Amino acid sequence: MELYRGKSVFGGIAIGRLHIYSKKDLQVKRERVEDAETEVARFHAAREKAIEQLAGLYEKSLTAVGEANAAIFEIHQMMLQDDDYIESTENIIRTQQVNAEYAVAATSDNFANMFAAMDDDYMKGRAADVRDISERVLLILSGQEAGGIVTDEPVIIVADDLAPSETVQMDKSKVLSFVTVHGSTNSHTAILARTMGIPALIGTPIPLDASLDGRLAVVDGDTGQFYVEPDEQTLAKMQQKYDEMQTKKELLQTLKGKESVTLDGRKIMLYANIGNYKDLSLVLENDAEGIGLFRSEFLYLESSTYPTEEEQLKIYRAVAETMAGKRVIIRTLDIGADKQADYFELPKEENPAMGCRAIRICLTRPEIFKTQLRALFRASAFGKIAIMYPMITSLAEIARIKQIVEEVKAELTEAGVPFGTPEQGIMIETPAAVMISDKLAKEVDFFSIGTNDLTQYTLAIDRQNDQLDEFYDSHHQAVLRMIEMTVQNAHKENIWCGICGELGADASLSKLFLAMGVDELSMSPGSLLFIRKIVRETNVGEEGEAVKAQFL
Amino acid sequence: MKEFTYVITDTEGIHARPAGELVKKAKEFTSSVTVIKEEKKADAKKLFGLMGLGVKQGMEITVQVEGEDEEAAAAALEAFLKENL
Repeated sequence: MELYRGKSVFGGIAIGRLHIYSKKDLQVKRERVEDAETEVARFHAAREKAIEQLAGLYEKSLTAVGEANAAIFEIHQMMLQDDDYIESTENIIRTQQVNAEYAVAATSDNFANMFAAMDDDYMKGRAADVRDISERVLLILSGQEAGGIVTDEPVIIVADDLAPSETVQMDKSKVLSFVTVHGSTNSHTAILARTMGIPALIGTPIPLDASLDGRLAVVDGDTGQFYVEPDEQTLAKMQQKYDEMQTKKELLQTLKGKESVTLDGRKIMLYANIGNYKDLSLVLENDAEGIGLFRSEFLYLESSTYPTEEEQLKIYRAVAETMAGKRVIIRTLDIGADKQADYFELPKEENPAMGCRAIRICLTRPEIFKTQLRALFRASAFGKIAIMYPMITSLAEIARIKQIVEEVKAELTEAGVPFGTPEQGIMIETPAAVMISDKLAKEVDFFSIGTNDLTQYTLAIDRQNDQLDEFYDSHHQAVLRMIEMTVQNAHKENIWCGICGELGADASLSKLFLAMGVDELSMSPGSLLFIRKIVRETNVGEEGEAVKAQFL
Repeated sequence: MKEFTYVITDTEGIHARPAGELVKKAKEFTSSVTVIKEEKKADAKKLFGLMGLGVKQGMEITVQVEGEDEEAAAAALEAFLKENL
């Protein structure tokens, strides 16, 4: 057995024979020619044929992998029509009196190197596109045709790297997994693997030798491990993991569209946590009933300066409209501690977890806070947006937030800008907020318990410090009792209370949360259907007391 | 000559697809169109050059249009940028 490690771009297990995919070797020789114009004409004929092929591939992939993935072939056509590319090739043919093949290869190298040298991962990746289009032209010039893979049974494709035109020509029913030596997480191989939902590894240091072809292998997309000729024990273990996942997958699909309700009729809202609006497809795919935590930080962290009101509005509105009337809870800026953006110029702190972060930044720099609030209030005219304030510790903070909100509303009204009336709630993630939750509940529309920070602050254990693992107990009674207290205080004031930290997806606690009367659980989209399954198998009336006795 | 500036709001910057669309748009006019980022310049009718500028979100570009239809071209390009980038 040989074991290699790669970087996983999509999870899951694949077991099958290896198929080494190697490009047809195109030896390009530099040849002097007498008649340069004939070569220029050959180049144009091949280029036009390549564009024609790409148009065909575009149509084909529209149905196979969707518009977003097909777009690459449109870009490839544009590249082949580009004046820079054409002029460079013609120029080399004419000035050096050389064959079209050589001129295309040289042009390809030049532009590919230009992209590879750029300080931007996205642009670096475009070097592969330049090589891909040039190889297509070279193949046509050589009289060969681009080919796909030919196999009878589904295989694990192993390659140095895969060009989009190569992946799209593969018969998808014959591909179990992709393993490449090179490639990036944004490469087309990675995107395609995610679209197809198959495990894939990139950056796997495998010697690409022909003897690998046809050997049995296992790809573990969860751990990034790649076993060639696994021993019996490994194979059995992986087969079991594969079977379990298949069963789970099939089972979970049957839960889509079903209500999240217990056997004795108690409903709970199962929402998704997202960190970027690009995660929305996962939200819809996993049938989330709403978004319980939309971390707005990405807007700030991915930007090199403060995002404007219009930029924020665009994103919030898109999310609200996509969710079409389902609740979207957007947490206001939670930056500081482990999440830093240089342009905030936050001072260095001895103890950032307890420092100037989240609502504390918003209240000390109200201009930043106001921009976000204006965008949120405006966006809520387009859908069911709820605003959630993080890191609350006192009633005074709520009073200041309310005052700023009133100012924002007055400014919008005066400017004649339309806005909605979003629900406004707070995160309960400090022991202080738990202890005064009876009073806080009178002031806000909902609570959402952030169990990660609540645990860290309650147990006085730094989340980032892995030396403390043995002292860290995510099921600590102190934390669970705080959750219960918070839920009870919320209900006394008739507001709802959810959980959006990691415990929300903790299947071993789902029954306990149902017994406590938690109204909403928010988690990463991939966990939703599994938790729905547990909810639908629970009888709170019968199991509630025993579960509470076990944990509290 | 007409000239205007624009700050890119698209999170991915001037990536391949909008760059291609921008080239198409620029080619609709006879005027020359130059995109300037800091000290670098590119012909907006050429895809590789335009992508080679490496324009990212938050960066300001200057667009210079010169020719017979510069008035219409500048207006169309500015509208295109606002819409797509």
